[in-house]
Amino acid sequence: MIIFTIIADWVTYTLLNLSLESRITASVHFFIEDTIKIFVLLLFMIYIIAFLRAALDTERIRNFLQGKNRTLAYFLGSLFGAVTPFCSCSSIPLFLGFTTAGIPLGTTMAFLITSPMINEVAIILLGSILGIKFTAIYVITGITAGMAGGFFIDQIKAERYLTPIGNRALNKEKIDIQNINGKRKITIKDRHDFAKSELKEIFHRVSKWIVLGIFIGALFHGFIPENLITDSLGNGQWWSVPAAVILGIPLYANASAIIPIAESLLLKGLPIGTTIAFMMSVVAASFPEFMMLKQVMKPKLLLIFFLLLLFMFTISGWSFNIIF
Amino acid sequence: MTIKILGSGCAKCKQLEKNTIEAVNNLNLKADIIKVEDFEEIMSYEIMSTPALVVDEKVLSTGKLLKPAEIEQLLQ
Repeated sequence: MIIFTIIADWVTYTLLNLSLESRITASVHFFIEDTIKIFVLLLFMIYIIAFLRAALDTERIRNFLQGKNRTLAYFLGSLFGAVTPFCSCSSIPLFLGFTTAGIPLGTTMAFLITSPMINEVAIILLGSILGIKFTAIYVITGITAGMAGGFFIDQIKAERYLTPIGNRALNKEKIDIQNINGKRKITIKDRHDFAKSELKEIFHRVSKWIVLGIFIGALFHGFIPENLITDSLGNGQWWSVPAAVILGIPLYANASAIIPIAESLLLKGLPIGTTIAFMMSVVAASFPEFMMLKQVMKPKLLLIFFLLLLFMFTISGWSFNIIF
Repeated sequence: MTIKILGSGCAKCKQLEKNTIEAVNNLNLKADIIKVEDFEEIMSYEIMSTPALVVDEKVLSTGKLLKPAEIEQLLQ
């Protein structure tokens, strides 16, 4: 990791000849170091993870999840959600596909909760920027949130609140979902091809967000006075966590962009719990996804789901602030 | 030949439509290309991830953004 600092040092101080005292220097250094570091890491990790993940697709996951014992299903649902890349527009076909197979609503929701929150890009970024400890916290919290959410959804018998489309899926008998992708054996070459195309696609999709996130993080780093954050949100006042969660709702960034921003916030003194709560709220409460879910969930259920997420993030935030 | 692209408004689905048009043009095929965005209709094909490619009511691919060359292969 130190190599990136060295490169950034060289570019900032030698090449660009910026002075050590200026705020702009701090921002520039941050921007250069983080951008290079992240892109290099992404290059390797996306390829490797996609290579490993090539055989996993929603049809296999669905077949796997069927008929599993509830608790295990919540855990697996969350886990698969975490490792599967997420496009909000797939949430509906996925929801319907899982439901027609008889997979309980809670399990499906566990998947849908963790999917946007945890993906390999987020983990790479978290690991490289904020360290293994933070990453582990984030992932464990995400999966637990998925499981708890799923459990809660089943407890309130959320099936009552589905729209006609959702209901139809519920009542259909088990359908042999088109298993086109599932039957082929995956070869090494298949994996390489998949990894290569994933690399291109993810990079293309995510790079502008990351750069934006780093840019904002860099501005924070150089220009926001040390005390602004700590004075307003950092003293661990009990209301700072819910405030951060609520602040995160209208803001939508994908998991990649929010991480450099979170880094800056942490460096400026925002407590761990509050930062995590904020991050999760930004990523999980997303407008496009809710628009999609509106097709299968009645407004009441959507609201319950939404509040559930907020509640869980707030609790997590408080807990971490206390523990750390 | 009727080709349907199943998917609601996201970028991947739109791109698949573009790639399909390109593939059809490359092969000089006469085909109707229809973009299906209605969930009820999409669901009737029993797929689990979008975007999906359906040719003459047969589902050929789901969840993948195919390149024109790959679409050409499927169409032949």
